[in-house]
Amino acid sequence: MTATRPTEDVPTDSLLSPPDDTGRFGEFGGRFVPESLVPACQALEAEFVEAWGDSAFRSDLSKILTEYAGRPSMLTECHNLGAELGIRLILKREDLNHTGSHKINNVLGQALLAKRMGRTRLVAETGAGQHGVATATAAALMGMDCKVYMGAVDVERQALNVFRMKLLGAEVEAVESGSRTLKDAVNEAMRDWVATVGHTHYCLGSVMGPHPYPWMVRQFHLVIGEEANAQSQDLLGSLPDVVVACVGGGSNAIGIFSGFVDTESRLIGVEPAGGAAVSRGAPGVVHGMRSYLMQDEVGQVEEAQSISAGLDYPGVGPEHSYLASIGRAEYPTVTDAEVVEAFQLLSRTEGIIPALESAHALAWIKREAPHMQGQSLLMNLSGRGDKDVDQMMDILG
Amino acid sequence: MERLERELRTKRDAGRKLLVPYITGGYPGWQAAIRAAAANGADAVEIGIPFSDPVMDGPVIQQASQFALEHGTTPAAVLDEVPRLDVEIPLAVMTYYNLVHHAGPPRFAADLRRAGISAAILPDLPLEESGPWCSAADAEGIETVMLVAPTTPDDRLPRLVERSTGFVYSVGLLGVTGERSSLAETAIALAARIKAITDKPVLVGVGVSNAEQAYQATRVADGVIQGASVVRRLMDGGADAVGDYVAEVRAAIDAD
Repeated sequence: MTATRPTEDVPTDSLLSPPDDTGRFGEFGGRFVPESLVPACQALEAEFVEAWGDSAFRSDLSKILTEYAGRPSMLTECHNLGAELGIRLILKREDLNHTGSHKINNVLGQALLAKRMGRTRLVAETGAGQHGVATATAAALMGMDCKVYMGAVDVERQALNVFRMKLLGAEVEAVESGSRTLKDAVNEAMRDWVATVGHTHYCLGSVMGPHPYPWMVRQFHLVIGEEANAQSQDLLGSLPDVVVACVGGGSNAIGIFSGFVDTESRLIGVEPAGGAAVSRGAPGVVHGMRSYLMQDEVGQVEEAQSISAGLDYPGVGPEHSYLASIGRAEYPTVTDAEVVEAFQLLSRTEGIIPALESAHALAWIKREAPHMQGQSLLMNLSGRGDKDVDQMMDILG
Repeated sequence: MERLERELRTKRDAGRKLLVPYITGGYPGWQAAIRAAAANGADAVEIGIPFSDPVMDGPVIQQASQFALEHGTTPAAVLDEVPRLDVEIPLAVMTYYNLVHHAGPPRFAADLRRAGISAAILPDLPLEESGPWCSAADAEGIETVMLVAPTTPDDRLPRLVERSTGFVYSVGLLGVTGERSSLAETAIALAARIKAITDKPVLVGVGVSNAEQAYQATRVADGVIQGASVVRRLMDGGADAVGDYVAEVRAAIDAD
């Protein structure tokens, strides 16, 4: 079964084109899942294509994004920090969305789709807990059951979000296998889905996994880039010179990149030094996709090591691998120490506490600002840092 | 037709029910466990090459894989031992696609052939993505066992069966490997669907947990694969426990 390609309102030479019939962006992507899940992925693809082309679905989604999630998110210019760094620094305020991050865009889209497909239960993986909270929220709103898998290490360092999920009525299972972080939470969510595929939708939280997820999740986050393109032209009178976002799986980055990928703006996806799939990895196959992956000399997946639970992931979404391979986007890394400094810097200079994930983007900006004097930078502030305050209290003493 | 399918067909056609135990390569005692299985009535053995992220495996096989990896097991370390096993039955490997992809399908297939492996089972490599591997495997004479699931629709089933060599792996239930208190109804139903369209050997695996369930499954299917129940015995009681268990299952499926 091959779904009909949707009619996109993008030119055929756009980098925002859908993936090919095998779910690939260039050489990356695909659908590497057990046979048990192949029919479910095919059905999801067909249903998504139909829903995305259905004006009623799009208008339901748009309404819920406005009235429930609080879109559009605004832009904030950081006058203090910009002056200090010698740049114009603009933040896209995804941290102000309901539930505190960009994750809600994708989750509301998938939950509406799951409902349309007659599914009654959502399963999700989560790292920092932002996607888990967003999924639990959508499940509560739409009257669905919800189970969230979270690495035991992350349950420990993101206790606040664990409590929020439970408050929202979700069941949270601490995953004790492997590195006990995001990678293992994905494995466990996939194992759950293999067993429950009849009534359950796997609400994957990033632009990763088997086709159609990387594409579908991107489409649900296009709204970030569409808004940001128009808003930055209003604010700056032109497009920004540089667009910056943090990258774990890469959903917030692909969302904001989408608004600028066909323009001259430079695109920067910042990975943690301990989870640098693009710069340290090689093409590999895990979690349903072929993409850059940190692995050892025989192909065992390596464990990522990052201060940020949301970026503690050895892979990356396949479209990022593609954008890297054709040289359209750059994927530098920052260290945990630089991130801790950036976290404090934004708090102190602008009165905005960023999520540790988003602080990666700022850490790169701070380091590279001397080479970008006078330029305009648009950074996706993908989430707020309330969830990280406990962890930072320990780190900063 | 290559060795695994040829031997399984010959035995099946002679009225024998087929038994294929799974053993995690690199887990202490795995070589002795394979010899014990062969000596007690196994018709082939599936050797697991441990992978860091085994999404089709439940807790028992995950634990054995992780232990083996932590003690330095690599694909080469497992394959190097295979020629020294000195068993008369055909051997297959079960692993995940990244280990194949990383080596490159032609090199991985050649490594299997040199080690004396007959077939490969790659549960996260569905039909649509199997082209590069299947070409390499066909060129080396390595058989590729395809998995069929309870969710596989009727219009897709014949294509999986057609591509499968060695045998057809009928996944017993929706879920990962592991022991269950009873044989799922889906196990019988799916095996019957496959048997209706092919004369290739059809073996049920995933969720066939003891001798009684193996007996039930082989009333419809040509044989069974037993994974978690075998690996648990290897972990708890070593090769002797595996041998005793294989003998028990053998006796059960030979009844009638």
